[in-house]
Amino acid sequence: MGQSITNRWRTIDIVVAAVIAVAFGVIFWAWGLVWRAADPAFAFFPASQAVMYGVWLVPAVLGGLVIRKPGAALFCEAVAATVSALLGSEWGGVTIAQGLIQGLGAELAFAAFRYRSFRLPAALLAGALTGLGAALFDFFVWNAPYALVSYRIPYALLTVFSATVVAGAGAYALTRALAATGVLDRFPAGRDRALV
Amino acid sequence: MISLQPVGRPDAPLARRNPVAKLAAALLFTFALMATLDPVAPAIAIAVELAVLPLFGLRPRELVRRAWPLLAGAGGILVTLMLFAADRSGRVLLDAGPVVVTSGVLVTALGLVLRLFAVALPGVLVFATTDPTDLADALVQNARAPARFAIGALAAFRLLPLLGQEWQMITMARRARGVEAGRSPVARLRLFVSTAFTLLVGAIRRGTRLAVAMDARGFDAGVARTVARRQHFGTADWLLVVGATALAGAALGVSVALGTFRPLLG
Amino acid sequence: MGMGEVRLRGFGWRHAGRRAWALRGVDLRVERGERVLLLGPSGAGKSTLLAALAGLLPEDSGEQEGTIEVDGRSPHAVRERVGIVFQDPQTQLVMARCGDDVAFGLENRAVPAEEIWPRVDEALARVGFRYHRDRPTAALSGGEQQRLALAGVLALRPGLLLLDEPTANLDPGGAALIRSAIADALDDDTTLILVEHRVAEALPLVDRVIVLEAGGGVRADGTPEAVFGTHGDALAADGVWVPGRTVSPRRAAAPAGDVLVTTERLGLPPRLADTDLEVRAGEALAVLGPNGAGKSTLALLLGGLLRPGTGRVAARPELADADARTPPHRWPAPALARRIGSVFQDPEHQFVTGTVFDELALGLRRTGASEATVWERVDQLLERLRLARLAGANPYTLSGGEARRLSVATALATAPRLLICDEPTFGQDRRTWRELVELFADLRDDGHGLVTVTHDAEFVAALADRTVTLDRPPTTRDGTAATEDGAIETAAGVPR
Ligand SMILES: Nc1ncnc2c1ncn2[C@@H]1O[C@H](COP(=O)(O)OP(=O)(O)OP(=O)(O)O)[C@@H](O)[C@H]1O
Ligand SMILES: Nc1ncnc2c1ncn2[C@@H]1O[C@H](COP(=O)(O)OP(=O)(O)OP(=O)(O)O)[C@@H](O)[C@H]1O
Ligand SMILES: [Mg+2]
Ligand SMILES: [Mg+2]
Repeated sequence: MGQSITNRWRTIDIVVAAVIAVAFGVIFWAWGLVWRAADPAFAFFPASQAVMYGVWLVPAVLGGLVIRKPGAALFCEAVAATVSALLGSEWGGVTIAQGLIQGLGAELAFAAFRYRSFRLPAALLAGALTGLGAALFDFFVWNAPYALVSYRIPYALLTVFSATVVAGAGAYALTRALAATGVLDRFPAGRDRALV
Repeated sequence: MISLQPVGRPDAPLARRNPVAKLAAALLFTFALMATLDPVAPAIAIAVELAVLPLFGLRPRELVRRAWPLLAGAGGILVTLMLFAADRSGRVLLDAGPVVVTSGVLVTALGLVLRLFAVALPGVLVFATTDPTDLADALVQNARAPARFAIGALAAFRLLPLLGQEWQMITMARRARGVEAGRSPVARLRLFVSTAFTLLVGAIRRGTRLAVAMDARGFDAGVARTVARRQHFGTADWLLVVGATALAGAALGVSVALGTFRPLLG
Repeated sequence: MGMGEVRLRGFGWRHAGRRAWALRGVDLRVERGERVLLLGPSGAGKSTLLAALAGLLPEDSGEQEGTIEVDGRSPHAVRERVGIVFQDPQTQLVMARCGDDVAFGLENRAVPAEEIWPRVDEALARVGFRYHRDRPTAALSGGEQQRLALAGVLALRPGLLLLDEPTANLDPGGAALIRSAIADALDDDTTLILVEHRVAEALPLVDRVIVLEAGGGVRADGTPEAVFGTHGDALAADGVWVPGRTVSPRRAAAPAGDVLVTTERLGLPPRLADTDLEVRAGEALAVLGPNGAGKSTLALLLGGLLRPGTGRVAARPELADADARTPPHRWPAPALARRIGSVFQDPEHQFVTGTVFDELALGLRRTGASEATVWERVDQLLERLRLARLAGANPYTLSGGEARRLSVATALATAPRLLICDEPTFGQDRRTWRELVELFADLRDDGHGLVTVTHDAEFVAALADRTVTLDRPPTTRDGTAATEDGAIETAAGVPR
């Protein structure tokens, strides 16, 4: 079930993937502010803030689950990161590179399933791998100055955990909720609804 | 809420450069700086960035308006570093339980905060002076980006300012039907989430219709598109890219010469 | 380019997720250069037919029956010969600047770069577009967007031009301009198929009328004289707006009652200039004015949904009970929904739930009605507005007219004391239009207050007891823009 007939992107695939990315670009922008506002709450152990990390990774998994074409995860995450950079994020143009690496993680997961399965296991693996991409990037680029054992390692582990739960399972649930509204009717993800 | 129009004077010498050149210059400049943790190189970089501000036709006020979230970021870095710095060498300045502040920590903190600004500002400069349509055009014409993806993303991007209006509409529609959160924070959160979901659904629906409208005007016809708006990538654009790289290199060079250079990896 | 012959043989289409066919058994032949007015009750499948002709019904979105051909080929294969303007212009602007948007189609068709801008300027001139091509598309009013969308299609010089209610939501002046732009733009080779409920205005543009039957087939076909001459009565009974047939007005049974709401220098610069008016129980007040005058803004302010920029809205105890001291925009939502109902200009802005039934039940449940009452009331409304067979449908998949009826019905469901409707009658066939007039008139005669924002002169003539006309907000700072003429003469003075 659910395999798309061709791998060529239709216009609707491109535009809807971009729309998802743009919407999440805005969410990122807002989430960046929330992230900073939440700093004090995690002051006892700042690495634990990585539990919030999954939100940055939702578009990668969501794009893959909805569009179901090679490149969708990468495209969504990279465009979302670019939009948030455009709106002015504190991480500047670096987010673009970061988005590419995160998107690549999810892309690998869908490729591992040969773009045939888009059920929960695929979603969880995509979440985990996009989290891994994010964790590696942060480990070397952003967190280098911090202590290894008490900060960098727990931060990386929590990132992967959060990505699996929030981005993986979360995007899966979100896809189902979207399908139920009927907006995905022209995508494989939105088929099989009752007739009226 | 969010303005997408470029600010500043569009005819300023650097604002006029090819968008791809501006983007490439900013990225090269940023990534070079990412390689070090010392305070000197980013400080030089910030000086350079402020110096070219007028060349981008930007006034400091506009820069501050776009860059204010950085201040919060700087605060976050300071707190984290007080508690979890890897390098606690140097003289101990403050010792209160887990909070140990040494001169080494202070130098690292200064370096990180400067790096934050140095890394973020080029993006602000470029995006504040670049029209999204021009960027998409240049990506297609000068960077060989696939036209369907660039134009498709651009069309979706145009919906962005509408999202704010849409949010207001959804809230009003619910209120008119008697749906409101009241004072309870839990109810508020639930309403917020459901409004955000509705917004996403609406955005996807709009995207679907937009795609149909684009197809109706032959977007996916399989013929190679022509371009109405030419984007040139000339000598001046090459100079910008080379200049940015050279300046970043020079900043690193000074830092090495002064002996402050601290590579990110290693 | 030219061409533009259309052949349909037993054509049918069923949208994915629906049991009923939107179109079925349509046999049709339109020759090159003909100008056709396509009529039919709301939901008969007019928009669907245009989409099919434009090659915009992808196989994965429904099921087809019979054949459809443009110039002897599948519409998907000859998309470049067909130009379409949709019911809603907002969804078809692609680019951020007006000129770029017109150029978009030309680029896609690989028109050489040096020919593009002259053709863009020519198309913009043909529709009378008065701004420079650098103007942002976001800064256009509804009417200007219509015009731009038309220019974007004309620039492609289509052999077959398809227009779906191109003047809905325009003020009479703007609509006349669009019609003359269409008339000017057509040449002998262009085939035109136009969907428009208000026949009288569209007749000068066409030489043939085709009426679709709800549920399948073509009901009538021929010159306007022939169609309306032979089938006039039957068509009118079926809901087609047959020219020359007036509707008997429903005047108020009793004089207006107590004042429900007053506004004092109410405004929201720059959208609405200061406005003073009062709304009474048992009275239908019509708000008129050109596009962009601030009518919708006024409706939202009266509905307690926007905070006023200047002045205030004051509800009388008659409407507000104990809350009369606070302005409506500060009332808790459930109290607001019980007292004031709002119908938005764009029906889709108003939908909150996933099915037509839930949409109607929501307000009732929120105001604490028992489940039995909810079912009874909802069924009754579904029946009266001919939405019963769509009870389980998603509101966003409805036709233009069906969506409008649903949004009106949601506000009618709770029977609030004051009802504010923004363009409640656009896109309606004659039968539902009359049903709406009856529903509104009954409410008024039960002592409810009614404010309708409208461009529909016939609706004003049939129902309104009093009219208020807004002007465009003045560019100078002083001077009130709103004028109130107490009289009812408009009702008699409306043409036809
Ligand atoms: N995307 C869709 N999915 C499911 N059903 C649809 C969709 N679009 C239209 N329909 C249904 O198909 C039928 C015909 O719709 P269509 O929009 O063609 O009607 P119409 O004649 O244009 O009506 P109106 O005058 O109200 O615009 C309607 O019953 C409508 O509910
Ligand atoms: N959310 C908004 N933000 C800013 N300006 C707006 C907004 N909505 C409308 N406007 C502007 O305010 C003015 C009045 O708009 P409004 O929609 O009230 O006009 P209207 O009289 O209802 O027009 P129409 O007949 O076209 O529906 C217009 O110039 C419009 O462009
Ligand atoms: Mg229609
Ligand atoms: Mg309006």
